[in-house]
Amino acid sequence: MCLSIPSKIKSIDTEMNTCVVDTMGVERSASLDLIDQDVKIGDYVLIHIGFAMNKIDEEDALESLKVYQEIIDKMEENDRLATIEEAENCSNR
Amino acid sequence: MEKELQLKDLYDGFRDAKVIKAYKKLIDEDLKDYDGTINIMEVCGGHTHTIMKYGIPQLINKKINFIHGPGCPVCVMPKDRIDSAYELSLQKDVILVTLGDMIKVPGSKGSLQKARSEGADVRFVYSPMDCLKIADENKDKTIVFFAIGFETTTPMTCALLEQVIKQNIKNILFHINHITVPEVMRVLVQNSDCKINAFLGPSHVSVISGSKIYEEFPRDYNKPVVVSGFEPVDVMQSISMIVKQFKEKRANLEVEYKRLVSYEGNLKAQELINKYFKKVPFKFRGVGEVENSGYELKDEYSKYNAKIVYKDILPTQEVKENKACKCPEILMGVAKPTDCKIFGNVCTPTNPVGSCMVSSEGACSAYYKYGNLL
Repeated sequence: MCLSIPSKIKSIDTEMNTCVVDTMGVERSASLDLIDQDVKIGDYVLIHIGFAMNKIDEEDALESLKVYQEIIDKMEENDRLATIEEAENCSNR
Repeated sequence: MEKELQLKDLYDGFRDAKVIKAYKKLIDEDLKDYDGTINIMEVCGGHTHTIMKYGIPQLINKKINFIHGPGCPVCVMPKDRIDSAYELSLQKDVILVTLGDMIKVPGSKGSLQKARSEGADVRFVYSPMDCLKIADENKDKTIVFFAIGFETTTPMTCALLEQVIKQNIKNILFHINHITVPEVMRVLVQNSDCKINAFLGPSHVSVISGSKIYEEFPRDYNKPVVVSGFEPVDVMQSISMIVKQFKEKRANLEVEYKRLVSYEGNLKAQELINKYFKKVPFKFRGVGEVENSGYELKDEYSKYNAKIVYKDILPTQEVKENKACKCPEILMGVAKPTDCKIFGNVCTPTNPVGSCMVSSEGACSAYYKYGNLL
């Protein structure tokens, strides 16, 4: 019921106040009646039961992805250090 | 912006197994010196599915326990409302239109699917706006839109009503069953058996209503709330944010799902809701009657209200639940699906006894589908 899908706006019909979106390769139409921001072609929106609900904040999504990359890097670095430490402290050496 | 966002990133970036693993480690570190269990209620059934689908209970630190919440509109629908839909659908001039899994939920006489097998015209639509086309193609019939859902689907019903009024369409009526989240959360935290220590706040309810609707829970009940997105990385990050709050001995309202949720929410959608609806009590299955938790059409729109137009045929008596079914306890967060004796044997997705097995967002359905991991 509440699982909306991120989609990209391909075209806008200003007369009908609808848009055509790309949802992972599938094109469909959605109403813009509920959206309270200006949207343009290329914007990412959340689609739910035939309506665009909100625009996705691109900067914020990119920021999250950047943070994720940083924590992966940190984890891998820690794993690497742990491996070196283990090797150095190995009693069989 | 350094990099351009791709549609693919919005899916894959938030499902990356490496990130999930990294958050698992972070959570483990933060819980190292924490004594006891943190019971987190994911209010929304969509989150229950993410948690079960990605095996988060198996992955995560054992100090975290999930309590599955009542945020599944089909699951909390009381039987008498299903019976109303059933009766309406059997009227020979009526086409009953609804969303989602509503069609399979058994009422006291059967499900809408059964009504359909008896000749009723019951339709399931992708969007409420599809009612306009059905109404146009069936001018001699009355379309009753059986509207269900939390704040997430409520403004879409309003948008349909607005078109009905604007285009002066005579053959669409509404049976409103919309409900709201904060009031039912309040009932849960005020319950003396409440074990909930923190909430994972719903994703798309919050897109509409804003994170402001949860302010009272940290402030008045000392329960942290983190509004989370639906992807597994969102959920892991949100749990990590909750754990940090416990570590730092604080209870705050935070938003992980910032790419879509603001404090105020979608004001246009909220305006539409306030224009057409008034707040009324709603009897939640399992939880009981909750003050101000339901929506109903305002009196000036009563000519569109199927409950008034068809009041003579709608059932009025209360319907008892099946005694063996533990849906009420599951919806209150005091039992898990596996505590129910009929789970998975008598009650299955193909032959559901309780609503939590019917809806794709129900806890029983999630346990049945993914539960062999437990």
